Amino acid sequence: MSTVATAHADEHHGAPKGITRWLFSTNHKDIGTMYLWFAFTMFLIGGAMAMVIRAELFAPGLQVVDPQFFNMMTTMHGLIMVFGAIMPAFVGLANWMIPMMIGAPDMALPRMNNWSFWILPVAGTMLVSTMFMEGGGPAFGWTFYAPLSTTFAPASTDFFIFSIHLLGFSSIMGAINVIVTILNMRAPGMNLMKMPMFVWTWLITAFLLIAVMPVLAGAVTMMLTDRHFGTSFFDAAGGGDPVMFQHIFWFFGHPEVYIMILPAFGIISHIIPTFSRKPLFGYSSMVYATASIAFLSFIVWAHHMFTVGMPVAGELYFMYATIMIAVPTGVKVFNWVATMWKGSLSFEIPMLWALAFVILFTIGGFSGLMLGVAPVDTQYHDTYFVVAHFHYVLVTGALFSIIAGVYFWLPKWTGHMYNLKLATFHFWWSVIWVNVLFFPQHFIGLAGMPRRIPDYATQFADWNMISSIGGFAFGLGQLLFLYIVVSTIRGGEKASTEVWDGSDGLEWTVPSPAPFHTFATAPEVR
Amino acid sequence: MAINRLASALRTLGVLTGSLAANSAFAGWGELNMTRGVTPISQQQYDLHMIVFWICVAIGIVVFGAIIYSVINHRRSQGAEAAQFHENTTVEVLWTVVPIVILVAVAIPATSTLLSLEDTSDADMTVQITGYQWKWKYDYLGEDLSFFSNLSQESRDGIKADPYAVENYLLDVDKPLVLPVKKKVRFVMTSADVIHAWWVPELGVKQDTIPGFINDSWAYIEEPGVYRGQCAELCGKDHGFMPIVVIAKTEPEYNQWVADQKAAAAAAAASADREWSKQELMAKGEEVYNSACASCHQANGQGIPGVFPGMVGSSYTTGPVEDHIDIVVNGKPGTAMQAFGEQLTAAEVAAVVTYERNAWGIDTGDVIQPTAIAANK
Amino acid sequence: MTTNPSDLARKNLRTVRKLALVGVAMFGFGFLLVPLYDVFCDITGLNGKTGRLEAAEASGVGIDKERTVTVEFIANVRDEMGWDFRPQVASMEVHPGALMTTSFVAMNNQPHGVTGHAVPSVAPGRASRYFNKTECFCFSEQHLAAGESKDMPVKFIVDRDLPRDVKRLTLSYTFFSSGDEPG
Repeated sequence: MSTVATAHADEHHGAPKGITRWLFSTNHKDIGTMYLWFAFTMFLIGGAMAMVIRAELFAPGLQVVDPQFFNMMTTMHGLIMVFGAIMPAFVGLANWMIPMMIGAPDMALPRMNNWSFWILPVAGTMLVSTMFMEGGGPAFGWTFYAPLSTTFAPASTDFFIFSIHLLGFSSIMGAINVIVTILNMRAPGMNLMKMPMFVWTWLITAFLLIAVMPVLAGAVTMMLTDRHFGTSFFDAAGGGDPVMFQHIFWFFGHPEVYIMILPAFGIISHIIPTFSRKPLFGYSSMVYATASIAFLSFIVWAHHMFTVGMPVAGELYFMYATIMIAVPTGVKVFNWVATMWKGSLSFEIPMLWALAFVILFTIGGFSGLMLGVAPVDTQYHDTYFVVAHFHYVLVTGALFSIIAGVYFWLPKWTGHMYNLKLATFHFWWSVIWVNVLFFPQHFIGLAGMPRRIPDYATQFADWNMISSIGGFAFGLGQLLFLYIVVSTIRGGEKASTEVWDGSDGLEWTVPSPAPFHTFATAPEVR
Repeated sequence: MAINRLASALRTLGVLTGSLAANSAFAGWGELNMTRGVTPISQQQYDLHMIVFWICVAIGIVVFGAIIYSVINHRRSQGAEAAQFHENTTVEVLWTVVPIVILVAVAIPATSTLLSLEDTSDADMTVQITGYQWKWKYDYLGEDLSFFSNLSQESRDGIKADPYAVENYLLDVDKPLVLPVKKKVRFVMTSADVIHAWWVPELGVKQDTIPGFINDSWAYIEEPGVYRGQCAELCGKDHGFMPIVVIAKTEPEYNQWVADQKAAAAAAAASADREWSKQELMAKGEEVYNSACASCHQANGQGIPGVFPGMVGSSYTTGPVEDHIDIVVNGKPGTAMQAFGEQLTAAEVAAVVTYERNAWGIDTGDVIQPTAIAANK
Repeated sequence: MTTNPSDLARKNLRTVRKLALVGVAMFGFGFLLVPLYDVFCDITGLNGKTGRLEAAEASGVGIDKERTVTVEFIANVRDEMGWDFRPQVASMEVHPGALMTTSFVAMNNQPHGVTGHAVPSVAPGRASRYFNKTECFCFSEQHLAAGESKDMPVKFIVDRDLPRDVKRLTLSYTFFSSGDEPG
């Protein structure tokens, strides 16, 4: 099996030149870079769709788009941000950092690594292209509930299904690669309980991916056969049940939201100790908390479905299991706070983002706890309160951690320090506007505005307008991020090997910029 | 058009600045928080919501307080030296156990509310609610009373014009659901096409309507009034345009209303027997078209290319009258075209078919009488 | 750890195989959720799926004369079928354990024959496992010729073990088209 080549320990030349460097790359750093650029591109596309959504919701009445197009925007925005931006960005960070953190020369399966990346642009292009097909692209929400996504869906849905298959393949291959690398390629002396937190969280995330991406593939396969091959998994007319789709989807979907947040926990668990100049508080409880969150994620899925008419016993069980997640999540937050406690804090850019993460993610956690209380979820379900909740968790949670990670490791990748003034401005601009954007959505949700509607009653108008203004400003600010990253790649103040004075770990022992090949001979760990 | 839009945008901006300054539109806490509603369940939900909210606030004060304290007092620029502790079993046990205790305390009232929320027994009456793309149908079981409820014409007109000029914009319907107060009303819900969700915040009811299956829920309304809600599950293009209006009346008023409805239904049946003038049919037809057909086929009869066919240039509006009536009455399987036979009276079908064959320059000159439909239906 | 590159390659390959197997197994598990879900529905009465009894089993059950339960009937028909479909009676008072008979009437308004089948559902969901039918038009497909009208009987027993607080339950049938016949 040729894909299972060992890392090219004998290659000591530099990077190859030209387009082939990228097309045929087996280098974890180049592939990581490509993942990150892909994610950023998709982030801008998905972000542009968010701007369309916020423009339409700026005022009551239909001014910008028609309802069908609006539904397509919300659907594509969700799909692109989840599968195109957040997940690939974390895989990119994993590619870059995991081998360097565990002292490995490369990922365990470099050629498969190349495949998992290059499937992505194909799948992404296919997904985006559905918008230009007759009847339009998917407009049934990123959760694609049957029968709206089967019997009542546009013809382009088949392309949507195929692109989900491809994205799933890519994720599963990437996850296998991560696990094999972590299990087999650690430097001598680095036992599991000495692994950096980012590596730990990614190991657990990768297992989640392998467990649930195939279930998603199964769900879309059933959709496909329902649409074309006469089965009725989700069609009551043929003895099926549309609610079963939701069960299968959320069996994937709930672990999926942890796939998007566990690596974030890892990143934050590096940044806070670094700038507190103090070891991470409760390392082992962090590991156990991550593992128990991952485990709980498999047994709480139906809390997304409290209004489908489940038996009371089922609702009670899912409510209890759901609110239990607050315990390990709380442990993590308390650990971060305890890490800062009596430290020697300084507030470099990554630390600012990490602090914003801890506070804002916790707010997202609070609304999550509220949503978990089943009888009240009757009122919250499918309103803007839910939209506010998951954007606090995914934007100020997952996305902020990715940005924090980029600011943390960018000097190591490029050898240059970024423009601190601009980066500070980027932080304050983003953190203010993101709250203007999402905090009012709690209010409009509680006041009774359902999600996924292109137009609304006039009493929701004021907060929607404020939210839209926050959205435009936040979106604009991310172009500054693009500028900062590009100009840092091009030049800037030279970064030292350690980069940060509190830095700790193998990745900070290689020169900046990190050479094309690192750890050709494994380092010795303590 | 562009000027109109600009004017409306400026106006809304004016509302924004005005409200920020004068605090007129941000009228108090009510608009920021969940409604207390008018049923025992909605009130329990509200109380539970507030309990959990204040617990979150308390935890937030502790956690964020610790962060702020740390940020102020443990900073390097203040000369703080880093301690090197990295575990402490006592606090770790404490911050695992305390949250568990809090959660158990939340779970107890939550369980009791959930149990009463799901208890549909001992109901005084049952109403069947059926979700359609994009309207609701209400059947009063055992009363031989049933009707469809569409977005009101005023709201529909306001979408492209000025929403602020419409009272209860997007929250008003042509025929509201009328219920008696102080009765336990049970709702049995299903759907005719995709999944919808029937939600009225003040009743504390939100329940999915699922094609092929029935769900039930209930409400005991304590005060007469008008309570508005919306569909809460994405159900396609006009998901945002299928509101719910519930009018709660005292028992005598409710009984009177039921009697009136039955009388009106009998009158409508009678009107199908007489001869209608073309003018009458066209006027009625335009009204029916706008409420039942225009959301897909558009008010100008052009449809949406690739999604919904137009009336203009269609073989149905110019071809044989029987085919035209057939597609309106029986729908077209496998497409979004519903069967309107059950939703529209014979007079309404006759009117809308007449209208579609004579509007937008189609001018076939055909006049279809209600009696012809009644024979066909 | 491993120093010899070919040892490492072999070790990696083993791990990949195991993980790929997990992936394939989970794909299968996705499909396994379908029968699991049905079992789950049977046990909990999710979605109001009803039970079916053989006539022989039914005769052995005693009648609980002490209480009555109201059973409501509702009939839904998908638009595209072009049928009228309604219950003969809107509701019945029933003693748990007693074998009851009611019927629904369907009429085909189409100018051609239509075959359909009915999907039953009971609310509240927790009552559905106590709702058993010995004879029902929903057990098989129903065909109506153009303009034909048909009486469709249902024989059912509400189980004696029905929870005492359930005093009213609703039986719904939704007719779906199984396909048109050329007119």
